[in-house]
Amino acid sequence: ICRLHGRYHELAPNIVPMDYTNEPDVKLPIQLIINMPELKENPFKQRIVEAFSEDSQGNLSFNDFVDMFSVLSETAPRELKAIYAFKIYDFNTDNYICKSDLEKTLTKLTREELTPEEVTLVCEKVIEEADLDGDGKLAFADFENMISRAPDFLRYTLVRY
Amino acid sequence: YDESSARNSFHHLLQEPDRSTRESYESIEMQDELDRGRVEVRGPDSPPPEGPYLCEYDDVFCPHTLNVLSAMPSRTIGRSRGAIISQYYNRTLKLRRKKSRPTLQNMPRSSRPSIRECDWEPGVMKDEEEERRRLLTKELQVLSSNQRVRMLQMMPLSLREKRDLHVCCNERECRNRLHEKGEIHCCSQIKYSLIKGFRHSWFEFLSFLHMLQLWHYPLKQIGGRFGTSVLSYFIFLKTLLLFSVFLFIGNLFFIVVPQAVYPPVDHHNNQTFTGLELFTGAGYFTDTVLYYGYYSNSTLTEQCSVNANSTQCAKDLSHTLPYNLPLAYIFTIGVAFFITCIALVYSMSKSFGDSYRVNSASGDLAVKVFCSWDFKVIQKRSIKVQSDNICTQLKELLADLQRKSSPMSLRKRFGKIVIEFFAWMLALGSVLGCTFAVYRCSILLLENYNDKLSQNTMLKEASLLALPLMVSSINLLMPYVYNAMRILERDESPEIQLYAAICRNLLLKMTVLGMLCYHWLVQVTRQPQKCWETFVGQELYRFVIMDFIFIILDTIFGELVWRIISETWLKSKRKPEFDIARNVLELIYGQTLAWLGVLFCPLLAGIQIIKLILIFYIKKTSLVMNCQSPRKPWRASHMTTLFITLLCFPSFLGAAVSISYTIWWMKPSEECGPFRTLTTIYESGKVWVRRLEKSNPRFYWFSWIHRHLVENPLVIFTAAGILLIVIYFHAEVVDGQRKIIRLLREQIANEGEDKKFLINKLQDSYKKINSSPGKRASRE
Repeated sequence: ICRLHGRYHELAPNIVPMDYTNEPDVKLPIQLIINMPELKENPFKQRIVEAFSEDSQGNLSFNDFVDMFSVLSETAPRELKAIYAFKIYDFNTDNYICKSDLEKTLTKLTREELTPEEVTLVCEKVIEEADLDGDGKLAFADFENMISRAPDFLRYTLVRY
Repeated sequence: YDESSARNSFHHLLQEPDRSTRESYESIEMQDELDRGRVEVRGPDSPPPEGPYLCEYDDVFCPHTLNVLSAMPSRTIGRSRGAIISQYYNRTLKLRRKKSRPTLQNMPRSSRPSIRECDWEPGVMKDEEEERRRLLTKELQVLSSNQRVRMLQMMPLSLREKRDLHVCCNERECRNRLHEKGEIHCCSQIKYSLIKGFRHSWFEFLSFLHMLQLWHYPLKQIGGRFGTSVLSYFIFLKTLLLFSVFLFIGNLFFIVVPQAVYPPVDHHNNQTFTGLELFTGAGYFTDTVLYYGYYSNSTLTEQCSVNANSTQCAKDLSHTLPYNLPLAYIFTIGVAFFITCIALVYSMSKSFGDSYRVNSASGDLAVKVFCSWDFKVIQKRSIKVQSDNICTQLKELLADLQRKSSPMSLRKRFGKIVIEFFAWMLALGSVLGCTFAVYRCSILLLENYNDKLSQNTMLKEASLLALPLMVSSINLLMPYVYNAMRILERDESPEIQLYAAICRNLLLKMTVLGMLCYHWLVQVTRQPQKCWETFVGQELYRFVIMDFIFIILDTIFGELVWRIISETWLKSKRKPEFDIARNVLELIYGQTLAWLGVLFCPLLAGIQIIKLILIFYIKKTSLVMNCQSPRKPWRASHMTTLFITLLCFPSFLGAAVSISYTIWWMKPSEECGPFRTLTTIYESGKVWVRRLEKSNPRFYWFSWIHRHLVENPLVIFTAAGILLIVIYFHAEVVDGQRKIIRLLREQIANEGEDKKFLINKLQDSYKKINSSPGKRASRE
């Protein structure tokens, strides 16, 4: 944790105090966090930071920062990673991954190299495959079921500390 | 939840005609998009708005309905802290009561099997968050500390809250204990502080060890630049290194060091050291600790020098510790192989459990969308490559789907089968041809070696290198040929191409190795030679060294030279790719050679260690300088399982079978080695047991066990029978699980239909309530 605090402090040495005994209420804005080397080139960096921040605007206090790294570490259990991954992909934060969420995900993944017809086709196919209760959107249960079949889910880890 | 009562309450609604579900679904979505802002701001737990609302339009939902919808459990899960706490309270309760699976008798035989009684805990549905927290803490305390830690880890709360919960639990525990004992003894306080201090230092040590982990930083670098797939090759290399280290340490301490400290008296090494020995392993190295022939067959004690008196010698013998070298030799190797076997099977089953799931049928596209982004990759260039990869893979999958939806004509399918057949015939033919060539060459070389004894010794030694040279060059060139044969199979999916290439490569290597084993164990022993074991050990040493040289050559020519050529002549920006499958198979081949040779050359494990370390650094440097990230799709954990299985089954099993054959059936040579005077190596164990029995009558039970359990074939049959029964049992369990999964899926689909139905009915009923006073108001 001291190492993480060091990293946190590096991001904004003026604001972050070294001494946390009084529990100061310090939050770093999102612009600083997404410039960290681990996240800089990640297309989902905005969503990752928003998923872990308490006010959903992307401002992370130190506790949120530690949360983020603990969930994205290698020792976090699968269910926890699944919960946060779902939050990351849910762009409109309505607790469902609907078709527009999927389209945004695909665009970010492929950097707009797919044609719109292909995007639509992929989204339809994904919903068809993963949606179990037939409401046209992916609830968390659907997402978790699909993820549990994929062993490569461990890719949701940042570099280890 | 009683189905009949629910049906009764909706009975009057069932009389009315239903709306079509499609329409309602669209209207729900539209309503979501229109009113999302309003719903979000209000929050899930706020009270409903007052007053009647006019629901004028048919396709717009009333705010009442929207309120109910927004409070649905599926929407609030993961959002509000209260919901999370109550969910995990239910889970810990279930864990405590261990009601994980319903018994089959309770499942009614209807088209909708309802196992709801498992999930429904109507106990605590209070609104107070504090109340829920208190209950959760109470439940957590009942669990054992391991389970508690795991449950806390799984909860999606922030770390601060988890720590608070943890502290709360501990507090209560302490308080309970206080109540019981009345006061804290000073001794127990000291004990607690000691335990705390010890645990703290233990965690510090563990984190230090974690940083010390072998190659921690280089692996991080490789993963960041090339992704998980190339990283899996290097992790596999590390695993092999660990196996070799284990083997080597065992050999070193129990066999090599005792023999080195008490060298056999009658061996005089009269050969000089020339540079060729490093490659051929013969010459100066023949009579050293390196090979089997050097080891003595008696108990090692302090050697009496020739000049000393016999009486002095006898006196010394009583002080020294006798060390039975033949026994140590066979036991060390046996135990090392046994432990390696167990470790391999364990890692294989763990990897298998990680990568395969019951009934993982379709769903490739969804998985690819969500799981293929590698979060470890950091560099900008690599990320661009990765997104291009994913794009290509998605396009391929779409093309695949389109192809599946339009089946091929009969003529095309027939053509494809013919081409497949032709390709496999070609591959098999090449394998047989290579094996036959190795056979002829080996016979020829052996005759050459034994006939012309008067020739120049240097040339004779060098001619021994011809066989390893030939085998290694076959192993190098043929995989390229097989890769080129992929042109024939252009129409197949890339995964099938990959599996076919791996299969052919593996077949070639294993057949050649099998032929070599036959050559060593059957043909070489027929030759008139002083010490056939040493000769076989030397051959294996040569093979290992030659394999290493060829890997270096392959890296240099395959990657460095190719990159230079493609940059200067062809002027393309495409660097060569790192072929993971071929490299892993080469590693497996090298490891098989090492395992085969350990019996005849105990230090071969050490040579393998040096070789693996050097390969790691060479490959890493070449990778960073010359290669690009792989373009083809690669399911890392799936392939890792495959490679560990290949390491276990053809490779380790083959080595173990050869070694067992050598130990049980082969006659050791008369003049050298620790098993000189026996008929088989295994006999040394038997001899020892009998000697033990004779010397001390108390050991009778030990020899009785040995005679009736180890030598009795009935025991082996019984063990095999039990194993088969266990396997059958597990297969049946998996089958049953598949059936339950299918039933549950049907149930989920039905529940979805129910949900849509209920939402529609809710909407209708609200509209009826609101429209009647509205109509009255408008009338008035």
